[in-house]
Amino acid sequence: MTQKLGSFPGGLILDGHKKQSTQVAIRKMPLSKKLVLPLQQHIGEASTAIVSVGTKVLKGQKIAKAEGHVSVYLHAPSSGTITAIDEQPVPHPSGLSALCISIETDGLDQWTKREPTKDFTSLSGHEIRHIIREAGIVGLGGAGFPSFIKLNPGIHHNVETLIINGVECEPYITCDDMIMRERTEGILDGIEIICFALRVKQCVIAIEDNKPEAIAAVERALSSRLDLTSTKVVIIPTRYPAGSEKQLIQVVTGKQVPSRGLPIDIGVVCHNVGTAYAIARAINHGEPSISRIVTVTGKNVEHAGNFETLFGTPMHELLTFCGTKRQSDEPFILGGPMMGYNLSGDHLPVTKTSNCILVGVDDSAEASTPLPCIRCGECATACPVSLLPQQLYWHSRAKDLEKANEYNLFDCIECGCCSYVCPSEIPLVHYFRFAKTEIMNQQQESAKSDVARIRHENRLARIEQEQQEKNLRQKQRKAALAASQAAKAKAAELVVETTTDNQEHN
Amino acid sequence: MSLSRLSSPFLSGTNRVTLQMLQLLVALIPAVVAIVYFFGPSVLVTITLATVIALLAETLMLWMRNRPLKPFLTDGSAVVTAVLLAIALPPLAPWWLTTIGILFAIIFAKHLYGGLGYNPFNPAMVAYVLLLISFPLEMTTWLPMASLSDQPHDINTAFQFIFSGQWSGSIDTMSGATPLDTMKTQIGLAQMPSYIIQQPLFGLFGGKGWEWINIWLAVGGIYLLYRRVISWHIPVAMLVGLSVISLITWLIAPELTGSPLFHLVSGGTMLGAFFIATDPVSASTTVKGKIVYGAGVGLLTYIIRIWGGYPDGVAFAVLIMNMLVPLIDYYTQPRVYGAMR
Repeated sequence: MTQKLGSFPGGLILDGHKKQSTQVAIRKMPLSKKLVLPLQQHIGEASTAIVSVGTKVLKGQKIAKAEGHVSVYLHAPSSGTITAIDEQPVPHPSGLSALCISIETDGLDQWTKREPTKDFTSLSGHEIRHIIREAGIVGLGGAGFPSFIKLNPGIHHNVETLIINGVECEPYITCDDMIMRERTEGILDGIEIICFALRVKQCVIAIEDNKPEAIAAVERALSSRLDLTSTKVVIIPTRYPAGSEKQLIQVVTGKQVPSRGLPIDIGVVCHNVGTAYAIARAINHGEPSISRIVTVTGKNVEHAGNFETLFGTPMHELLTFCGTKRQSDEPFILGGPMMGYNLSGDHLPVTKTSNCILVGVDDSAEASTPLPCIRCGECATACPVSLLPQQLYWHSRAKDLEKANEYNLFDCIECGCCSYVCPSEIPLVHYFRFAKTEIMNQQQESAKSDVARIRHENRLARIEQEQQEKNLRQKQRKAALAASQAAKAKAAELVVETTTDNQEHN
Repeated sequence: MSLSRLSSPFLSGTNRVTLQMLQLLVALIPAVVAIVYFFGPSVLVTITLATVIALLAETLMLWMRNRPLKPFLTDGSAVVTAVLLAIALPPLAPWWLTTIGILFAIIFAKHLYGGLGYNPFNPAMVAYVLLLISFPLEMTTWLPMASLSDQPHDINTAFQFIFSGQWSGSIDTMSGATPLDTMKTQIGLAQMPSYIIQQPLFGLFGGKGWEWINIWLAVGGIYLLYRRVISWHIPVAMLVGLSVISLITWLIAPELTGSPLFHLVSGGTMLGAFFIATDPVSASTTVKGKIVYGAGVGLLTYIIRIWGGYPDGVAFAVLIMNMLVPLIDYYTQPRVYGAMR
């Protein structure tokens, strides 16, 4: 059955550079002596450590608990001893440090007790979400949003379509491609569980047509699974950024996620293929999320490939393992060349969202002085969201943030297509990120001052009220006094009157 | 190793401003060859003069504005302005006419508004209109076509005339009117257009020579479309706009106008459609806006040609539509992904 696909405007046909890292099967990265685990590897609240320095931990043992709703648990990726809970540099564009748990591994890699579920259909949706939250699973496509939340259809929604994202549209990255080729059954197991938890009607596995091996593997595995009849593979044309959630939904369903809304508002939920695999491991094998597939590739990498890497493994070990030619302070990219970010130090841990380490990009953009915008409109043609980047640039540059917001700045997905096509080499996305942060700061500031203002007004109102109450009481007291005096006087009068009356009567 | 960018995307396409400008110049070559063939080599002198003056003026202004010289002198925009104006000027335009035009284009229309990317009006057209209003005689005295002239000029006589005003032949052999001008004046004298085009000045569908120059400009324009330097919206909208209004008038009142085909291949139609109205800096940028803008240029061109005071209206039409660009852009924003209908 072929389904008519939708399409999104703009986008780019990019050179994939995928072959370099798909020549060899997924390899296991050797165990590192020391693992450093940031407490925040996901979107939401950071986890809270539940171990202390000196504690011996086993592989898969919980070491930090979820804090608040949008948060997940964190586990020891291998057995060993907790050596520190302190600030460590983490992979972040700003190069900042954050609270991390450090584990010195003992080399035994000894598992804690695992509790696999034999038949997940005996569980309720709630129980499945609970296990997945406790297993620390977040979206492995790159954003790192806690997965259990996206397994909850809620009471107001009916999930029509589950989209399993195997698009991987960014050049160089191949971890999803390889996991689809090699761990197909696991992905399908995960899809079964997700469909069950979401009570979803149909599932689509979306793969770009530049991955024939992955498509063949998934189709072959799917044909022998009689339980997955409502799941089908949809081959989508290779065009960046087809793997971006909103654009993928537009391609697969033809529908658009409302601005500032969620896919579930139109009955769609998206999960990455790697996440589906992790979910299957958690439910069917009782294994929490402690490792991921990392692509290491680029012009300067000798043995490029995909590596199953424990979280917390230092990046320099991965780079050395792959035979990377680079100066120790030479920057490299975490993520893809279109949306990733530059890191300068390599003593940083691999985290749940580290999908690709890219050292050396062909045709890389140079930091040249941009020419002025000539309003050619190439950026607007390339924009998959139909924004007008040149107008946004104009207003962001002038710091006219209100105007930038009016031109839908916050609908920008920062895919980089506009910067790519700009003939004046203007780093447009850079300006948009800046403007977004400025607006968010302003909103925070104004929220703060709003709170202060409301507090102040409440205080004034309270004082006013107290004063009024005081006045009222005073008045009442005066009135009471006057009344009692009047009553006394009246009583006296009455006495006089009665006496006179009596006298009159007499 | 070259310094890479600080933030994503780390890839960049191959499109560059200079490349676009160069392709524009390449696309003008066939038309320049045609002009030389029909009107003699004097246009080459004017192009060279205009380019030199433009680069000097650009250097002066960049220096005065404390802007880096190299990126802006090599971006090609000054040369494009110079060549476009030179092609639009009459073949034997005296040197001072060209110089005044270029200086005004570069200094006033471009740099005083902020230089490359900031000029709301097309510099070449601003200069053209300034010259047309200030020096109407020089701007409308066209050479007769080489084949119609008894004394075709060569490069030496062109030089001599442009720089000294000396002409070896009689003054009559060097002055003539353009086909558009002739059409306008003779219609004013109550001649039928169908009769006017019988005259030797006219060719197959338009003015002799002019029609071929316009066709070669269109060929250059198609090259620009193919190389994706320009998009189809503005030229198509302008040509359709011009055709539709001239067709309607031609059907209702044939005594007022030449045929739609005559208008398509006359005067600055093709230069305007593919090289002037498509100037990204001063044109509309949204897709719908480009169509509105192009159609506006087409309609106004015709209205000025038929009912205005000047034989050709492309330059005025472009400037008027330039003025409306902010308004057009504001009301033709595309619907953003996920926006409520």
